[in-house]
Amino acid sequence: MNDTIKLHYDVPGDDFTRAGEASSAVKKTLRKLGVPGEIIRRVAIAMYEGEINMVIHGGGGVADVTISPEAITMVLADQGPGIENLELAMREGYSTASDEVRSLGFGAGMGLPNMKKYSDVMDVFTKVGVGTTVTMTVNLS
Amino acid sequence: MKIRQIAEILDATVLAGEADLDHDAKTACGSDMMSDVLAFVKDQSVLLTGLINPQVMRTADMMDIVCIVFVRGKQPDPAVIEMAEERGIVVLATKLPLFTACGKLYAAGLSGGGIRIRE
Repeated sequence: MNDTIKLHYDVPGDDFTRAGEASSAVKKTLRKLGVPGEIIRRVAIAMYEGEINMVIHGGGGVADVTISPEAITMVLADQGPGIENLELAMREGYSTASDEVRSLGFGAGMGLPNMKKYSDVMDVFTKVGVGTTVTMTVNLS
Repeated sequence: MKIRQIAEILDATVLAGEADLDHDAKTACGSDMMSDVLAFVKDQSVLLTGLINPQVMRTADMMDIVCIVFVRGKQPDPAVIEMAEERGIVVLATKLPLFTACGKLYAAGLSGGGIRIRE
């Protein structure tokens, strides 16, 4: 794998049942490329949590994934309400998700902490009323 | 432990993956919160849950989970079963509640064994 591969996905904000389709597609691509299993799992989980966040908090958005020989970078951008208190949002167990979201199995306050844990570098840009962009990198070497 | 044994211990019906019942499961976890499941990386794991929406299957897919056990007699939609078949995940259904189902498997020697990577 010498070339850089770029993937783009629209993440619909109104259909919870489809959340995770992009992550699933990325996982398949990485498997085809022969990326080691543990790396694939980290990318898949980090991106899946991000996708879920985009759907339950951000009203959907776009996901751009770049696969280079050195690293896999995921950029997840929404134009949702933004995160009011990022420090709190990064804390395990803290969540602003609704009871409805909780009844679907999410909103445990583990999304952002899991994303940080499974990526090598994570950067969050958020502005209230403008949106949130999360960039995560998982190193290949 | 073979998945077939898990099905026997839990008196479970097989909803998907009949051909893979002789695959091995090394660890298990029980939860209705998918984000908690995603916080722990395990190998060849079984997920016991009372949640029956498609996100259970996606979570299992991301985690490389080999078998899902739906507890408390819950029956997922055919679309959810289809997702499991596409992904090669065995699906079992038991009438037992989550705590009892986990207890029986633990007593039979299946461990929790979750390791948390990257503290």
